Amino acid sequence: MKKIIANKEIEVNEEGYLVDFKQWDREICECIAGECNVVMTEKHWEVIEYLQDKHLKEEPLSIRGIKKSGVINIKEFYALFPGGPLKKSTLIAGIPKPKSCI
Amino acid sequence: MGTKVKKMLFILSKATIENAYAAFVMANGARMEGIESEIFFTFFGLEAIQKKKLEHLHVATVGNPGMHIPTMLGGLPGVEALATKMMKKEMEKLDMPPIGEFLEILSDSGCRLWACKLAVDMFHLKEEDLIDELDGILTIGDFYSRADQEGCQLLFI
Repeated sequence: MKKIIANKEIEVNEEGYLVDFKQWDREICECIAGECNVVMTEKHWEVIEYLQDKHLKEEPLSIRGIKKSGVINIKEFYALFPGGPLKKSTLIAGIPKPKSCI
Repeated sequence: MGTKVKKMLFILSKATIENAYAAFVMANGARMEGIESEIFFTFFGLEAIQKKKLEHLHVATVGNPGMHIPTMLGGLPGVEALATKMMKKEMEKLDMPPIGEFLEILSDSGCRLWACKLAVDMFHLKEEDLIDELDGILTIGDFYSRADQEGCQLLFI
C-alpha cells in the first residue's frame, strides 16, 4: 500500500515498513521517527547506519548482534528506541522488520 | 494493533536447558515487543543463576518423550552430555547466546531477575553464589506484588 511520508508517495507494507529501501531518505526517516515519538540525535543516526549496513550485507539482525556491534550497548539501544527497539529502529531505518525470535 | 499484554512474569522452576531457554526467549521476546518482563528463579531453576552452575545445564534425556530415544538408553553414562552438546551446537547455529550471556542481555534489556528466598535458603546459597545481574531475593508474595497493573500474565515453567 501507499503512504505519504514527507510529501512523497512511499510504498509500505501493512505494518508501515518500507517495501523498497531505495525510497528511503533522511527526510522520510525523520518523519517516521516522529510518528514513533523518537527525536533523532547523532547516536540515533549512527545506529540507523549500522542497521542499514547490516541489511545491505544481508546479515540478520538480533539483540545479540547489537551487543556485539561496538556501536551501541543494549541499555542505550532500549533508551534510544523505547517500546520495542529492534522493531522501531528498523522501521525508521527503512529496512524489513527482523524475523528472528531472539 | 497493540497487544493487551503489558507485563510477563515468569517462574522458572527447572534446571534443564530447554526450560531455561524457553523462559529466556519468551522474556527477551517480551522486552523486544515493548512488554515488561521479569523472571523468578525457584527450586532447580536457581541453577540457571548460580555462577558456578549456569554454563553446565543439561537437556533431559530421561523421561522426555520428545527426545525419541528409549528412557533406559537416555540414562546411560554420557548420553545426556552428548545430547546437550548437540543441542548447544544447534543453538549456536541460530545465534542463541549461552546462558550467561543471555542473562546479561536480559538484564541490559530491562528484564528484572529475582531469586526465590525459600529456595535460596533451602539450597544454602549466598548472594555471592548468584549472578551479579540479579535484582534481588524475593518471597513469592513479593513476586506476586510485581503484578501491579492491568495486562499482567504469570507463567510457570
